[in-house]
Amino acid sequence: MSQVSASNDIAFLREQAKTVRIEILKMLAEAGSGHTGGSLSAADVATVLYFSKMRHNPKDPAWKERDRFILSKGHAAPLLYTVLALSGYFDRSLLNTLRKIGSPLQGHPCSKLLPGVEISTGSLGQGLSIANGIAMGLKMDGINSRVYCILGDGETQEGQVWEAAMTAAHYRLDNVCAIIDNNGLQIDGHCCDVMALEPIAEKWDAFGWHVIDIDGHDIKAILGAFDEAEGIKGKPTMIVARTVKGKGVSFFEGKVQYHGMAPTSEELERALKELE
Amino acid sequence: MGERIATRDAYGDALLELGKKRKEVVVLDADLSGSTKTAKFAKVFPERFYNIGISEQDLIGTASGLSLTGKLPFASTFAVFETGRAWEQIRQTISYSSLNVKLVATHSGITVAEDGASHQAIEDIALMRVLPNMTVIVPADGIETKQVIEAIADFYGPVYVRLGRSKVPVVMPDDYKFTIGKAYKFHIGKDANIIAAGIMVSVSLDAMEMLKKEGIDAGVINMPTVKPLDNDAVVEAAKASGLIVTAEEHSVIGGLGGAVCEFLAENYPVPIKRIGIKDTFGCSGPSDELMKLYELTADDIVRTVKQGLKR
Ligand SMILES: Cc1ncc(C[n+]2csc(CCOP(=O)(O)OP(=O)(O)O)c2C)c(N)n1
Ligand SMILES: [Mg+2]
Repeated sequence: MSQVSASNDIAFLREQAKTVRIEILKMLAEAGSGHTGGSLSAADVATVLYFSKMRHNPKDPAWKERDRFILSKGHAAPLLYTVLALSGYFDRSLLNTLRKIGSPLQGHPCSKLLPGVEISTGSLGQGLSIANGIAMGLKMDGINSRVYCILGDGETQEGQVWEAAMTAAHYRLDNVCAIIDNNGLQIDGHCCDVMALEPIAEKWDAFGWHVIDIDGHDIKAILGAFDEAEGIKGKPTMIVARTVKGKGVSFFEGKVQYHGMAPTSEELERALKELE
Repeated sequence: MGERIATRDAYGDALLELGKKRKEVVVLDADLSGSTKTAKFAKVFPERFYNIGISEQDLIGTASGLSLTGKLPFASTFAVFETGRAWEQIRQTISYSSLNVKLVATHSGITVAEDGASHQAIEDIALMRVLPNMTVIVPADGIETKQVIEAIADFYGPVYVRLGRSKVPVVMPDDYKFTIGKAYKFHIGKDANIIAAGIMVSVSLDAMEMLKKEGIDAGVINMPTVKPLDNDAVVEAAKASGLIVTAEEHSVIGGLGGAVCEFLAENYPVPIKRIGIKDTFGCSGPSDELMKLYELTADDIVRTVKQGLKR
């Protein structure tokens, strides 16, 4: 079982999510570049996964029975690095090396360099197919582990996502639980202006998925959704997490320009004040 | 000289000018219009701009369809996604039927920098060069980029243009006139000749000056059109000196170095050294540090020339 103390304590998880946000902002400010908005919007979901829901062992990243996590929206690497570090996969001081030469913390996650990263991502649209393959392999081996996969909402414009949507439903991959970080923004603007996505929930439902629509910053709702997904048999689950890009820092929230911009030292100071 | 312009910025300006002159020009992007600089065109000509969203395969197919109605589509995104994700759409539709689609990709090579290997296209020239009917162009600077955009608009057929993210020194003369398939000879050397493309042209010019100080007469040839290669210029350079060095911000496999080697091996064999990324992925870091790490600096060219000359 998990070596990370799994918790259903909402207050603890809320506090942990705050710590995750603080670490994300610090490492991004230190790096001087990187993806702020999408790391913050998915922070609550990833916190619940790593510190409550997932069975995993930082001392044995290759543990066969671990639950798997695929960050399909690989640009949220700072979020992944933070939850891995806080779980104990590597020393927290490594977070300061983000995006620097020689660091295992590449601009986008690299599984060859960093234990705990299941697979390299960064080119959007590919993660769900990989999650499906892992889910199939686990079923073949009679292993009960679950496979979690976070996608961006803009990311679901990629055709491969919908190919994977069909595969997961066709093969009844009920050990797959995907999450859309539905923050409504991509790079060139609001998703509804660039390439409309709605109705998102209805689309996944029509593709044969069990769909759960939640507030993606409500820890209790996130926990409840993961519990519900575990009980669903014969279908994959899609959690549509309604989120705010840049969540937790008032001056980043809902701002498209903070997709790929790191906080300046002055912004970091103000952001930390808000969070602490 | 001394001025630095990113080729993607020159593209944004050139595309806007072209749009004013020719109303059949349409521009497509895949959620990166701010980065590829097609946003400049989009702002002035919203009715001729299509953001396809994060779906590069659809981007290429849509551009193909537009060309079938007589439009002149420019489709842009990052090089790794344009040539990688949509390679088969480019092959089956654009290249096979020789459609008049202009594929202009930015963020090529390791100078993409901190985003790391997933975003650094080091194989795009190879992927495009292998396709029949495809013309492949790698501009050296802002001046050349502007010229290239005008020239490919007047040329009927598929073209791939490789642009960069970072600012690069202006090296081409103000009165330079680009012609598809023609190299620009800065100097033909008697000891060695460096055939370069893209940002490696300015690096090669620095190396030329350094070598001169050591009494080595090395020439520099800018080879913007990697396909079709300027065979005459390559032979002239090979005849003038006993050594050819190629330089590109791309894998040593399949790019400019590959093209020059293939041609010379069959037609005028001389010793060749290839400077480029040595069959490995890039990584995150500042672009100038990456240029050092991957041995793409003037010092590296000087060292390679001397090795080739056994000096
Ligand atoms: C295949 C591919 N195309 C384009 C990009 C460039 N890119 C990086 S992030 C991004 C926008 C992603 O938007 P979304 O999925 O909504 O992510 P979030 O809002 O959570 O940051 C784009 C277009 C990419 N990484 N991969
Ligand atoms: Mg989004």
